[in-house]
Amino acid sequence: MRILRFLLRKEYLQIFRDRIMVAQLLLLPAIQLALLANAATFEVTSARLVVVDEDRSATSRGLVDRMRAAGRFRLVEATPSAERADDAMMRRKAGVVLHIPHDFERDLVRTRTAPVQLVLNAEDGAAAGVTLSYAQRIIAEYAAELAVTLHLSPVVGERPVGGQGRLDVRARGWYNPDLDYRYYMVPGILVQLVTMVGTLLTALNIVREKELGTLEQLNVTPVTRGQFIAAKLIPLWSLGLVALTIGMLVAHFAFHVPMRGSVLLVFATASIYLLAALGVGLLVSTIVSTQQQAMFVTFFIVLVYLLMSGLFTPVRSMPTWAQWFAQVNPVMHFIEIMRAVMLRGAGLPEIARSLAVLSAIAIGVFTLSVRQYAKRAA
Amino acid sequence: MRARAPSALRAFVWKELRHILRDRQTLVILLFMPLVQVLLFGYALRTDVRDLRVAVVDPTPDAMTLRLRNRLEATPRFRIVSVAASTGALEDQFQRRAADVAIVLPTSFADELARGGRTPVLLVTDASDPNSGTTMQSYVRAALADFESERAGLGLGAVRIRLESRMRFNPTLESSNLFVPGLIALVLTLVSALMTAISLSREKEQGTLEVLLVSPLRPWQIIIGKVLPYLALGFTITCLVLLAARMVFGVPVRGSVILLLAESVLFTIVSLSLGVLVAARTSSQRAAMLGALVGTMMPTALLSGMIFPITSMPRWLQPVTNVVPARWFIVIARGIMLKGVGLGYLWFETLVLAGMALLLLVAATRSFHARLD
Repeated sequence: MRILRFLLRKEYLQIFRDRIMVAQLLLLPAIQLALLANAATFEVTSARLVVVDEDRSATSRGLVDRMRAAGRFRLVEATPSAERADDAMMRRKAGVVLHIPHDFERDLVRTRTAPVQLVLNAEDGAAAGVTLSYAQRIIAEYAAELAVTLHLSPVVGERPVGGQGRLDVRARGWYNPDLDYRYYMVPGILVQLVTMVGTLLTALNIVREKELGTLEQLNVTPVTRGQFIAAKLIPLWSLGLVALTIGMLVAHFAFHVPMRGSVLLVFATASIYLLAALGVGLLVSTIVSTQQQAMFVTFFIVLVYLLMSGLFTPVRSMPTWAQWFAQVNPVMHFIEIMRAVMLRGAGLPEIARSLAVLSAIAIGVFTLSVRQYAKRAA
Repeated sequence: MRARAPSALRAFVWKELRHILRDRQTLVILLFMPLVQVLLFGYALRTDVRDLRVAVVDPTPDAMTLRLRNRLEATPRFRIVSVAASTGALEDQFQRRAADVAIVLPTSFADELARGGRTPVLLVTDASDPNSGTTMQSYVRAALADFESERAGLGLGAVRIRLESRMRFNPTLESSNLFVPGLIALVLTLVSALMTAISLSREKEQGTLEVLLVSPLRPWQIIIGKVLPYLALGFTITCLVLLAARMVFGVPVRGSVILLLAESVLFTIVSLSLGVLVAARTSSQRAAMLGALVGTMMPTALLSGMIFPITSMPRWLQPVTNVVPARWFIVIARGIMLKGVGLGYLWFETLVLAGMALLLLVAATRSFHARLD
């Protein structure tokens, strides 16, 4: 116990002596939160619109006006030439080209239906999809409006089935009524933060002693392997929780991300999750010999973990094999729990299943890595 | 001494190259990681919602609501998981993530419709994921609109504007087409900026850089020697990624491949110079690593438009993205790969990259001069 206490003291001293490291560790979550929280959104606020209006009627102008008035589109050019519009898209001056053909109004009056073409620059795939859905809505609403203003009389003999009432669809988003993307991203970023601190720093810390040769020195001292691992992991474990605390404070005070559930539950989950994160770091340290290698191996693992965890894209949109893979991914479960607790205010009963799986994975990974470490060092 | 410099430089480059080639583990990861990423991005990272679990709240079931439900079921995307009489169970369903969207119909739905007023329908989504939430909302809205027009027929004087949409340059919104250009930028940043920063600061940490600095090699030669092997490595990896993307997902390169490779070399030079700068400013490998992560990787991943469109970012952040080299490179790479345009369209972006390369190279060489004093 005495040895462990001294070792722990040494580790903490080493961590805090490295000012830059500590500063970066504190800064990293703040910068990342600031960046991701602002940058990570697919919402399209102003798509650049070029209109090719061949009809030039009151009805076609009305459509263009509706598009402009909706606030999602910014008219950058109106041109009669389709080639010009195409070139604007090539030059990235236009994100959307609305093409209203000849006889738009006439067709609408005569047959009550007319086509318009919308060409979207799908280079930015996510933005293009969102933009299309905005346009669809504006055009559908305009069509409904036209039904009244054009005074089209119903065709004789046709009657709507079941009355003339219209559906008035109102949408409500639970847990995040303003559809603020930050609320969604922040819990995930906190998980990423804890992962980076836990896994990367563990691997680097141990490999550094290897690289400097001090690990060999420690091996010939009375320090046992268990004491060594404990002395290495306990400070990093606590550091992970400190990073999480800072991240949570930033999230709360700078981004006003709600904390609807229990903070205690978040920290309890993080404590368990950190076992898995540290375990992976320890495992990496057994297979590499330089810090550079440690970094790349860790980076690789963490990247795959994060990409497959549903941090950026929903797990349920993935193919089946990837969904199975996600089930054994501790990051996925931690993100799930964080989002459930922070955003939906879930309590222990709601997250029990995820927590149980996470605990099993964490204990499994941790045991495996400690064993592996002991075997390698022996 | 000066006369022998070229051969000294050659020997130094050779030494650096052997350093890289000797470290098999890192090399394998460096070559392997981009390929895995291409696969992951192409197969697993999708944002479309395919299986939508719908909970219907229908207080007064009748023929009309049944029609509505059948209309929903007929859409392959939707799956009705529950039909309840009240909203009581919704909270629990959302908490357990058993339902994605709830459609709450009013009491006496059919009567209200028949009376001809506006019949309120409430659509509840789990917006803790706002992107999926919005997508799901628009799917359900579309299905409800279908139901309405089907019910009303066209006889009501309803006007339809048929929207024919075309996704230019990427008609099926294939995610691999979108991610591969960004992925090349990310991988090149990783290889060049991060690797250079670490390997230089390692020499610093171990004291071998001092030895190099007092050798006949001039600072710029040291930098070239350090940078050249990584340039070659980055080039190889770019080719590998392009090849893999081509063979597995059929990602096109519609423009000139040579131009694309030349531009990626230019981008690599920018990243390498950044790596050198980071190494010059930091004192340990770990600090260099974190510096490279924060200074190059994070902006490349988040501020380059690779995943998140720049036009969607807040006003104040959009100008900031201009200093991120990857932002320009991605425009170029997408232009060449998806649009098939040449320098005539991309000269400005190329010029910006070239300017950055020049500026950073000078700064990087300077930062090494300073150490000599």
